Amino acid sequence: MILSLLLTLLLSVPDTTEVLTGSVVTAFRPPDKIIPAQALQGEQLQRLNALSVADAIRYFSGVQIKDYGGIGGLKTINVRSMGTQHVGVFYDGIQLGNAQNGQIDLGKYSLENMESVTLYNGQKGTAVQSAKDYASASAVYLRSRTPVFQGGRRTNFKATLAGGSFGTVNPSVLWEQRLGERVSNSFNAEYLYTTGRYKFSYRKKDGYDTTAVRQNGDVRALRIEEGLHGRIPDGSWKMKLYFYDSERGYPGAFVREEPGKFRHEDRQWDTDFFAQGSLYKEWGDWHLNASFKYAYDYLHYLSDPRLDVSTMYVDNHYRQQEAYASLAQEYKINGWWDVDLAADYQFNTLDADLVNFVYPSRHTVLTALSTSLRWEKLKLQGSVLHTFVADRAREAGAAAESRHHWTPTAVLQLIPFRDKNFTIRAFYKRIFRMPTLNDLYYTFIGNKYLKPEFTTQYDVGATWEKSWTKGFLRNIDCTFDAYYNEVENKIIAMPASNQFQWTMVNLGLVQIRGIDAAAGTQLALGPVSANVRITYTFQKAQDFTDPSSPWYGGQIPYIPWHSGSVITGIDWKGWHLNYSFIYTGERYEAVANIPENHAQPWYTSDLSLSRAFALGAHQLKGTLEVNNIFNQQYEVVQCYPMPGTNFRLILSWIL
Amino acid sequence: MTMKTIRFILVTFLVAVALNACREPEEIIPSTETPVGSEDAGEIAGFFLLNEGNMGSNKCTLDYYDYASGIYRKNIYAERNPGVVQELGDVGNDLAIYGSKLWAVVNCSNLVEVMDKNTAQHIGQVSVPNCRYIVFHEGYAYVSSYAGPVEIDPNYRLGYVARIDTTSLQVKDTCVVGYQPEEMVIANGKLYVANSGGYRVPDYDYTVSVIDLDSFKEIKKIEVAPNLHRMELDAYGKIWVSSRGDYYDIPSMTYIIDTQFDEVIECMELLACTDMTLCGDSLYVYSNDWSYFTQTSDVNYAIVDVKTHRVVTRRFITDGTDAQFQNPYGIAVNPNTHEIFVTDARDYITPGKVYCYSPEGRLKWSANTGDIPSRIVFTNQRLR
Repeated sequence: MILSLLLTLLLSVPDTTEVLTGSVVTAFRPPDKIIPAQALQGEQLQRLNALSVADAIRYFSGVQIKDYGGIGGLKTINVRSMGTQHVGVFYDGIQLGNAQNGQIDLGKYSLENMESVTLYNGQKGTAVQSAKDYASASAVYLRSRTPVFQGGRRTNFKATLAGGSFGTVNPSVLWEQRLGERVSNSFNAEYLYTTGRYKFSYRKKDGYDTTAVRQNGDVRALRIEEGLHGRIPDGSWKMKLYFYDSERGYPGAFVREEPGKFRHEDRQWDTDFFAQGSLYKEWGDWHLNASFKYAYDYLHYLSDPRLDVSTMYVDNHYRQQEAYASLAQEYKINGWWDVDLAADYQFNTLDADLVNFVYPSRHTVLTALSTSLRWEKLKLQGSVLHTFVADRAREAGAAAESRHHWTPTAVLQLIPFRDKNFTIRAFYKRIFRMPTLNDLYYTFIGNKYLKPEFTTQYDVGATWEKSWTKGFLRNIDCTFDAYYNEVENKIIAMPASNQFQWTMVNLGLVQIRGIDAAAGTQLALGPVSANVRITYTFQKAQDFTDPSSPWYGGQIPYIPWHSGSVITGIDWKGWHLNYSFIYTGERYEAVANIPENHAQPWYTSDLSLSRAFALGAHQLKGTLEVNNIFNQQYEVVQCYPMPGTNFRLILSWIL
Repeated sequence: MTMKTIRFILVTFLVAVALNACREPEEIIPSTETPVGSEDAGEIAGFFLLNEGNMGSNKCTLDYYDYASGIYRKNIYAERNPGVVQELGDVGNDLAIYGSKLWAVVNCSNLVEVMDKNTAQHIGQVSVPNCRYIVFHEGYAYVSSYAGPVEIDPNYRLGYVARIDTTSLQVKDTCVVGYQPEEMVIANGKLYVANSGGYRVPDYDYTVSVIDLDSFKEIKKIEVAPNLHRMELDAYGKIWVSSRGDYYDIPSMTYIIDTQFDEVIECMELLACTDMTLCGDSLYVYSNDWSYFTQTSDVNYAIVDVKTHRVVTRRFITDGTDAQFQNPYGIAVNPNTHEIFVTDARDYITPGKVYCYSPEGRLKWSANTGDIPSRIVFTNQRLR
């Protein structure tokens, strides 16, 4: 409870992270439909056989998860083929940063305390948002649980023990306490251990057939979150401390080797900490949101030839710090017209024990001006973002020149018919990502002359939804979007003169044409209720970098033309059965779309069954999951085999 | 209209799944033929080309060009060795023929693959962790390796040379040399190995280790220049050794070592060298010298007369077709026809190309290869 004490000391700083509608208890608001958004929330989220946020996001359309396999393997998200670094990931309203390489490992974020996971194409379109909410090509919002106290209770307590295949043990506790009329506390801790060992097979028709066990994939991780939620007149505040500490092995690529000869013992240690808070307050037509964050990330990588003779000695430590503050305000001019102005400042530093390292730091100032107009049949949103970036380096002349850019977004929503459930929407957005500190300054590889990587998105879509209060069919919703994206000045690693020397260049041009479609329905038949959600994605993502290349116009690596998912839930007398299916079509592992790089489609089916039992005044809930029922042997990333059939049992005791 | 939309989405989805869902058993990828034109090359029947493949992709592959039929055949190993688990392996670094066997040094698979040169079929393999290059002498193969013994400080880890019996395929002995040893040559009963120290930036190694082959002990270290890599032995007992420089202040240069006195006799300051190959008295050198200051590479194609130590030309490609190279990566000269072969690794992540030039430096043909084509080895036996 030292964390709580610390918090009370810090309490003089008012804050909140999300726009709350004036009360501590907020039910989840469905995402504003003006911009394409997909959400998984509450029970539906918890019932997916998903351990991490990455596992859940796979069910969204337009999304590719790069998964290096197992619990410890890196998992990153790519939305509409624009690249991982164009996806902003926000945790309780404030962006998770990684100035070093710009990618967020979603495998590190547990679903255990998650209330919702929402994906926005373009940008979120809610009131009073920070400038950062405008600053990425697409964004994932992770929202952890906000305490809800039912029937005058003062305490919520839940203890969970999960375990299963790969020697996984995963206990967690959640403790929510009402501290007074206006303040509540929530504490959540989770521990995860897994050996990461699983069997996998590689078979060739009329050729070899081999089965091996994944080695050095063990993970030990501890996560502690402590949050305070408070109410003030016409407003609210929120504060969070986050701590994550882990150790993991790198199982590495599965390549030809004498079986069992070399042990692959390289390891990584991570320690991440952040403190963030925000405050929301309304003064009549003027609404204000202020947020801050401090984050410290430490990464240690060790490869030691004393443990595995085939490797070379590498012992690197990276320390990143981030300070962030944001002030956003909205003024409601009248019933149909708002104006928003947000200004954010961020400071990043990177420290690494690399030879000739320049110790870069970065100041970023973001200013967003936006307005929204709402009439009965038409809604319009327009925003313009100004970004100013200035880098510093310890060595004179080593830093890139400062940059500033203006980038616009326009969003339109139309209700063309009398049926208000049918809407048409469209958006245009141009945004960029700055080269990461690794792109610019990594010893030997970095190139300080890099330009930002720009994306332009055009999207047209429609949604339709209808509900019935009786009958078999209770609800149907459908969305359909067609889009065209362009990525210019794509930052890619290019070899310099041999395989050990690469440098970063602005070379790539990618054009993406795609379709996202999703449909959901809720059915009721006597005591049985069911819901089904289906998504489908088509993507033609072509590389137009080099007209002289024989592979000009090839589909970019790891983007399938077709992919989709199905989630089905059936409820019957307290039993919940969930079936989920993921399909990833054929794709290529390189832009040369030739047989050598071809990857087969893969599809997995997961089942889970859960039931809650009353235990006196308490409740006991049990869930059994079976994943990859048909034991498909597949890879998401070349040479990184995925697990076959595996199990998980979850027991929760709810006070 | 709305039900139609739903039906459309459902049908589209189901059709897509039905069309694509069929997960066939993984096939062994067959080789690909490219007819490029035949030539009479005397007793030289063709050549093997080793493609490195990117690290972690397990895409080291072997190609074969046949002079008689004029066919360039890409990726021949997998179909000829369906039983070898994970094919040729991860990052092929060197290729050589000794007697009836074809040897491929597969760096990140930590092994040397031994094949029958007549069939390219697997005979055996020799485990050498972090193996780099191979040379042969009197029934033994010598393989350089980064993975020497680890002393107290793992930063100071020397490499070694392994001595392998070419009949039993057993490692018979090892000899510790400098840091991260690369290419080797054998002269006067001594083995010379270029130590790079590439993992010790900025403290590169700058020595050539001399090993006495009778005792298999290091007898001397010749100080040369930082980050040594390539080696060629000429007919006059001189070793041409390349220094990669430090990519900042010190550019790549070529040095000449006299094997009689085991010392450096000349520095060819203006001869940057990424790779070289000797044919008669002509040393073909290309350079792709990268500088972090300018963020550019300086590319040259030179021929040096090893007798006079004079640069004969700096443009052995005369028809301007070298402009289409993205990353020249390997070089070979047919000793009979004097045709020049240059490989282009392009962007390293897509298939490369091999270019065949007439002795006058005019392009004869080109063919697509595997990823990162590097080593070419001529064979006097037509592949069956």
